[in-house]
Amino acid sequence: MSALSAFYQANAFLILAVVKIALLMFIVLTVNAYLTWFERKVVAHMQSRWGPHRVGPHGLLQPLADGAKFLLKEDPTPAGVDKFVYYLAPLLALALALTSIAIIPFGPDKLNVFGHETSLGIVDLNIGILALFAITALGVYGVALAGWASNSKYPLLGGLRSSAQMISYELALTLSVVGVILMAGTFNLREIIESQYNARWGILGWNIFPQILGFLCFYIAAVAETNRVPFDLPEAESELVAGFHTEYASFKFAMFFIAEYTSMITVSALCSIMFFGGWLSPFPASWTFTQFLPSLILIPFGLWVIWDGIRYETIFGKVILPGLGTVIAGLGVLFILFPAVNHFVQGPFWLLSKIFVFLFVYVWMRGTLPRFRYDQLMAFGWKLLLPVAIVNVILTATAILVRSPH
Amino acid sequence: MSLSLILFFLLATLAVIGAVSLILQRHPIHSALSLIVVMVALAGLYLLLGAEFVAAVQIIVYGGAIMVLFVFVIMLLNAAAEERTDISKIANSGLILPLVAVLTAFLGVTIARGTEFMQAAARAPGQGLVLADTRALSHMLFTDFVYPFELTSFLILVAILGAVVLAQRENQ
Repeated sequence: MSALSAFYQANAFLILAVVKIALLMFIVLTVNAYLTWFERKVVAHMQSRWGPHRVGPHGLLQPLADGAKFLLKEDPTPAGVDKFVYYLAPLLALALALTSIAIIPFGPDKLNVFGHETSLGIVDLNIGILALFAITALGVYGVALAGWASNSKYPLLGGLRSSAQMISYELALTLSVVGVILMAGTFNLREIIESQYNARWGILGWNIFPQILGFLCFYIAAVAETNRVPFDLPEAESELVAGFHTEYASFKFAMFFIAEYTSMITVSALCSIMFFGGWLSPFPASWTFTQFLPSLILIPFGLWVIWDGIRYETIFGKVILPGLGTVIAGLGVLFILFPAVNHFVQGPFWLLSKIFVFLFVYVWMRGTLPRFRYDQLMAFGWKLLLPVAIVNVILTATAILVRSPH
Repeated sequence: MSLSLILFFLLATLAVIGAVSLILQRHPIHSALSLIVVMVALAGLYLLLGAEFVAAVQIIVYGGAIMVLFVFVIMLLNAAAEERTDISKIANSGLILPLVAVLTAFLGVTIARGTEFMQAAARAPGQGLVLADTRALSHMLFTDFVYPFELTSFLILVAILGAVVLAQRENQ
């Protein structure tokens, strides 16, 4: 046992990094799976349908069924594809999407694991936001190369659209956060969050108020970069069959799917961090009672899940749902009983809530907005977003110059 | 061998393999992909030198924007694999070996002198090239090197205008 602990002490940094990566991967993939469920459910209710409801209560086992289907389906490789690039493309898309999440910091406090402190988040880079943009910049190759390598007309069109869209919106995307970087004076995501701290007014310290133009540009450009409605021209079903992934089946298709949902999470996290104070609470620091908010949400939700579960006749509903409810409500009670734990979860609670709101907006837009026409997309990016982003940079720089002491 | 040395050799090998593959590949897309590998490997090397800002910009600008444009144009033109021809006339004329020798010697001398210069700069305290810090880099860019910097932007603007003029001519 002592040999084991000595080994841990010597390699704590590496071991913790590997454990954190594995844990984050597991969480992100699970959240991805349930994000598809959430999206189908929400869009269905917006369109007066039920959405998935056959597999498990509320269709909760649908993601598992979908996952099994992806794994077991036949995986044909079309004739005439460029084999190497055809296999490389989904790999590239997924790997880059998962890498980008590693840079997101999830909470302010450090966690002490057997005598070694570790932060919530895989890496804490000085150039965090730049590194994220670097990874997004490479992300387009997954889509573009998939379109090209398939050796088929529709995917090629999808790939072409994707790269053109990427080039057009990347400028606006990067320029729109320059204002935030100017205000914070750093590229580090942690420091950007801390620069938005305002003890007296809470929410008023956030970047969203001075940087409202930047935020609008950033969010629109980011939605375009993730190829989501209303900018999903690379995979427009009504025109291009399925766009760039028409020739992909089985798990290779699933990899594109997971990559898309992972980048949705990354973009939502970035929005919260850059403009909405990240893990900061929207309330003034003097309102200490707001720290019971996580419990106040978790306990009723857990009780509702228990109540909902026992009405079901199936085993899953009768046993697993109440069990899940007990765990959720138990977590809420735990936070009340242990103030240290409660203090620790405040940051992650606020950040995750904000991420959830942005994910909902993604789904909401998909249920609401029609797709752009191609020329509209280009005109919108170059003639509206880019100038507005530049104006925002000039305004912010001028304001900083005027307010600086000398 | 330290970790940074191992990483250096890995990235350097990757860059050289990418560069060789760039020339040897017959399909333009494969060549473009090799070039992306070179760009990313170079960014890794910058990162090893502690120039994180330059590394990130290398990937964003070269690995991302410019190479996406390359791939886009290749896809748009639907360029097919090129055909092998006889070796070029310069290579056949017997000049190739002396030329390679001269180039290698030139490169060797340049690298040796560069290394000397860098070592001298590192030895002099306070006078070294401190480019690692983004703040220091941008300060330098906008004070000491502001004229070359602005001149470069002007040059790029002229190139963009030229492209616009060329594109406009066909419409008329």
